[in-house]
Amino acid sequence: MAKIKGDIVVNIERCKGCEVCIAACPFTCIAMSEEVNSKGYHFAIKVNDECTGCSNCALVCPDGVITVYRAKVTAE
Amino acid sequence: MEEKFAHPELRKPEHLVYKTTDLMVDCPLSYCPGCGHGVVHRMLMEVLEEKEIASKTIGVNPVGCSVLAYDFMNIDMLGAAHGRAPAVATAIKRLWPDHYVFTYQGDGDLAAIGTAETIHACNRGENFTIIFINNGIYGMTGGQMAPTTLPGMRTSTSPYGRDIEIMGHPLKITELIAQLPGTYYVTRQSVQTPSAVRKTKKALRKAFDLQDQKKGISFVEVVSNCNSGWKMTPVQSNIWMEENMFPVYPLGDIKVDGELVTRS
Amino acid sequence: MGELRLMKGNEAVAEAAIRAGCDGYFGYPITPQSEVMEYLMVERPYETSGMVVLQAESEVAAINMLYGGAGTGKMVMTSSSSPGVSLMQEGISYLAGAELPALIVNIVRGGPGLGTIQPSQADYFQAVKGGGHGDYHMIVYAPASVQEMADFVQIGFDVAFKYRTPVMILSDGAIGQMMEKVYLADPVARLTDEEVVARCPWASNGRPMSRGHNIITSLDLDPAGQERLNLVLQEKYREIEETEVRFEMIDCEDAEYIFVAFGLSARICQKAMQLARNKGIKVGLFRPITVFPFPKNEIRELGLKVKGMLVVEMNAGQMIEDVQLSVGCNIPIKHYGRFGGIIPTPDEVLKALEEKIIGG
Repeated sequence: MAKIKGDIVVNIERCKGCEVCIAACPFTCIAMSEEVNSKGYHFAIKVNDECTGCSNCALVCPDGVITVYRAKVTAE
Repeated sequence: MEEKFAHPELRKPEHLVYKTTDLMVDCPLSYCPGCGHGVVHRMLMEVLEEKEIASKTIGVNPVGCSVLAYDFMNIDMLGAAHGRAPAVATAIKRLWPDHYVFTYQGDGDLAAIGTAETIHACNRGENFTIIFINNGIYGMTGGQMAPTTLPGMRTSTSPYGRDIEIMGHPLKITELIAQLPGTYYVTRQSVQTPSAVRKTKKALRKAFDLQDQKKGISFVEVVSNCNSGWKMTPVQSNIWMEENMFPVYPLGDIKVDGELVTRS
Repeated sequence: MGELRLMKGNEAVAEAAIRAGCDGYFGYPITPQSEVMEYLMVERPYETSGMVVLQAESEVAAINMLYGGAGTGKMVMTSSSSPGVSLMQEGISYLAGAELPALIVNIVRGGPGLGTIQPSQADYFQAVKGGGHGDYHMIVYAPASVQEMADFVQIGFDVAFKYRTPVMILSDGAIGQMMEKVYLADPVARLTDEEVVARCPWASNGRPMSRGHNIITSLDLDPAGQERLNLVLQEKYREIEETEVRFEMIDCEDAEYIFVAFGLSARICQKAMQLARNKGIKVGLFRPITVFPFPKNEIRELGLKVKGMLVVEMNAGQMIEDVQLSVGCNIPIKHYGRFGGIIPTPDEVLKALEEKIIGG
């Protein structure tokens, strides 16, 4: 059976850790990292495999740091 | 760093569904974390990209937090003196009538020091787009009271809250300019949720589409947060905005096709 | 070819602007210069050459309209009178800082404050020393006739674009209102948009994919960058001082005394000079035509040959400072001025020469 699967790529160095993406994600796929980037910000990371590539996180991201991919994949 | 839930097999051009437009300059934005400016910038650039009008667009940015907007938008722009963007844009549009022209202004710029320029450009029915970011505060200068600051709201120049008797009322300039015959499309939007962002983009698209018709000002207000000025986290500030700003500055179209929208 | 007409100084400015191929005039009514926009509105050049003429909501808006037009590479101008030009100072400073070409005509009236609607030269300091904030200058022409009012429009636009700087025509209510014959050059066509793009590669008029985006601004938050901009401006002003000086000398060859005067005052001094020569006093006239750049070398050389100078101005003594800085202290340099819209008579100018310089 085919399933929609998504992935996000975060530009870690540009992320300011505002957490707006966390609130926007319908599947709670995003959290803040323990680590910080060179500016000292915790950055967005994907924390589960529920992402459908809906782009909500990227849309609300003030700094445009999220790139989104999605594809139909066959479920194992 | 190692990404636990990465799917490299998906990260291919054919699976790409969203990336920041190339019309945004590839550099860090000067805005505070969580600020709505970045989203509005990006939606604006997406509209220009989709309409394929970037090379025929001239932007005018204000003095305020977005004073450096010309560094972030990869189009020709002019930085105006505080409040004067509508005058600057008036001349540009008159001299380049086939180009698309917009101003991008904050509440202090548009509704305090630039009130005369705003009202008269709107009243003359200039054929450009005004993008008005309303966060109820002077962000860049450090959180002073703005014309749109809410009653009771604390700022660095209303530290005990805006006292209406002493400091006057919040100015609903968008409702004001909607009354003028020179405005054709007036709307108020926001960018704190995905659906709000989509609506704002739609409004911006409509505003630029209308420049083709030369029927007057298209005016898009975006109620936005200023978490630094409001002294909240970005997520808190978005909730506070929904609970406190939206009742005073209700979202939605105020004037469409030159007709005021009646609210039920 | 061209054409000879009898016109007011203000009208000559407007007609010369149309003929120079000006793209846009933005103004606000104020006495004694309102005829400039009135003339343009009657002529309706927007229906012929396509020149935009717009009555703004204020001088503040008008000068910022110039900023917008100039920032896109178009030939734009405004005119006003003293209180209005005070309001424009913010925009003029921005034009200078962003290195934009524009023409500003000041038909000076008496001040301070609302002052009077009568002619004056009391805006000299404001015009030549940089009336707004920051270190900047405009190139400033001081016409003494209706003919020069017309001539300096084309010349003003030429130098404005040559140096990318705001240029001012510093006139007064008398020259703006007086009628004289004026030779007007044949009209030249306005540049096409393509020609504007080619002439001004720095301008923000739509970014083709072949270049990066142009930004018009006077802001640089990096102190080193802001200092660099200032050094560029200063370099430009030195070049202007070397190449753009204009002046007129009348009967200076055998002169023992010199009247130094610009604009309307120079016309009065010419008559006073005749009266003096009738009495056997050898007087010449030195008339700075550009008051920035000031003809300091020429006036310094003249200072070596004469016994004294009387600087005649319709103000309390403004240009005299530049004369003194140029000439030094070796000869007496005195000032004679009237204010508030009073125009000095040739008789009183001669009397001042006799009392302050010859007898002094």
